[in-house]
Amino acid sequence: MKLDRTSIAIVVITVALLAAAPALPRWAMSLLNVSLCYGTVVLGMMLLMRTGLVSFGHGLYYCLGAYAAGTVDQMLKIPDMALMVLAGAAATGIVAAILGLLLARYRDIFFAMLSLAFSMILYGLLVKSSALGSTDGFNISAKSIFGIAVVDNAHRYATFGITVVLTMLSAFLLNRYLRSHRGRLAEAIRDNELRVEYMGASVRTTIHLHYVISAVLAGIGGALMAINIGHIDPEMTYWPQSGEFVFIAILSGTGNVFAPIGGALVFETIRSFAYEYSPNTWQMVLGITMLIVMIFLPGGLWSLLQRRKPA
Amino acid sequence: MATILHAKGLNKSFGAVTAANDINVAVEQDSVVGLIGSNGAGKTTFINMVTGYLKPTTGSIHFEGRDITSLKPRQITQLGICRSFQIPQLYNTMTVAENLMVGVGIVASSGARWAKSNRLDVAPEQAVEAMLEQFGLGDYRNRQSGLLPEGTRKLLDIAMAMVVRPRILLLDEPTSGVSADEKFVLMDRVMAAVREGKVTVLFVEHDMEVVERYTHRILAFYEGRIIADGEPAKVLDDVEVRKYVIGEAH
Repeated sequence: MKLDRTSIAIVVITVALLAAAPALPRWAMSLLNVSLCYGTVVLGMMLLMRTGLVSFGHGLYYCLGAYAAGTVDQMLKIPDMALMVLAGAAATGIVAAILGLLLARYRDIFFAMLSLAFSMILYGLLVKSSALGSTDGFNISAKSIFGIAVVDNAHRYATFGITVVLTMLSAFLLNRYLRSHRGRLAEAIRDNELRVEYMGASVRTTIHLHYVISAVLAGIGGALMAINIGHIDPEMTYWPQSGEFVFIAILSGTGNVFAPIGGALVFETIRSFAYEYSPNTWQMVLGITMLIVMIFLPGGLWSLLQRRKPA
Repeated sequence: MATILHAKGLNKSFGAVTAANDINVAVEQDSVVGLIGSNGAGKTTFINMVTGYLKPTTGSIHFEGRDITSLKPRQITQLGICRSFQIPQLYNTMTVAENLMVGVGIVASSGARWAKSNRLDVAPEQAVEAMLEQFGLGDYRNRQSGLLPEGTRKLLDIAMAMVVRPRILLLDEPTSGVSADEKFVLMDRVMAAVREGKVTVLFVEHDMEVVERYTHRILAFYEGRIIADGEPAKVLDDVEVRKYVIGEAH
């Protein structure tokens, strides 16, 4: 298997993060964990955006992944991190495969608003469901990984480890996919659906596939977040959450799989510091950041690196 | 020669407007057929019906004996009927090489029977290089297709239709928007590729010089009907064609 520069960088960064874990302060590890979870979700958003679609409702799969993980932990009494993430990925994959049958027919604002509608339906169901904790949600406590019990510091490192490995593995696989013949169809569809059909490929099947992949990534991100935070609630599928993912995706750009991860880290860092130093106006700081990026870097933060390449 | 495409009793109406009126055409394998007619005569409608973009109101279209009337454009492409467009349909943000690579990739990555039978014997990158060479697009390899001159865009549009090894190629006004100097260069390249691939060609064209030079047969359209069908010299000399298509005073 021949590795490109991005794939090699993913492997190097993964090893570096895992090796640095013992030296990381708690706040840095926490910041990285949340950023990587968000980054995984936005990787999926990036695939959709490359295909020319924006989802305003990816909170649906983020939340569904978290609740599937929570269900394995609390209802089935299997508090294993690996199984919880697997459940999150499987549940979102199945739901996306079904909803994708309808959504793959729509484009532009119709796709965006229909995806938002589905996320709000889940929100409505969850807040009415007392068995799942209604508006309060419920706590979860992942106590093992691959059957090996983890407590105290080991739990902290295991959580960090699984978050780093799965996020980077997602990025690695998505990068491979985007460089494949099927992956190249994403930009072809965004540019000219008619030509794609007249070259013998199915636009709808490809969009459906990309929708499922992006949902599974959001599900993994949601399950990882549930494991990291230890609590899940319906706010995870409420519209501001989906808006945050769109925000990060625009902030990041779609030029490379590192963009969503880096963008999520920048977003979380700005939000953390803004909340710390300007608790009443932190949203304004984020808004101004977005404004600056949209005016000066319409291709997102990743375009800063692309600009440095020789023409 | 065997009939490869057969349109039987094609009619197409858009409300009160009749775009195709009882079109009956049998196209022989390896022939080059020119479709002429004034604007709105029904030439592009005919191409759109053959390639599945429009469905005929009545009538049927058969490719090698198989009824393809109800098939989708993608399925028709997979059978070996490909097309170019009056306005080139390219992936405008991609380079010329990337445009061709998408097509090569579709064939290379599909597990379907049509793709296996059309699969090129060389690596995708080599296949793209061969196409660039064949169509004289090598100098534009890394140029963004949305920024190319019109003649080059036309050529790339046709090259993209040829990527999936068609049996029939339909060209919609291949030389429109192309300078007088470039039009024969473009057509020579296209026809050389067509001969090499043993492809049957139908092309819509307004330039009678081009039509006369490259076709074996001409279909002249007027108000949705075929008013003349035969060898170029005979059709271009037809009284109705001279009056309604070429527009000569009588």
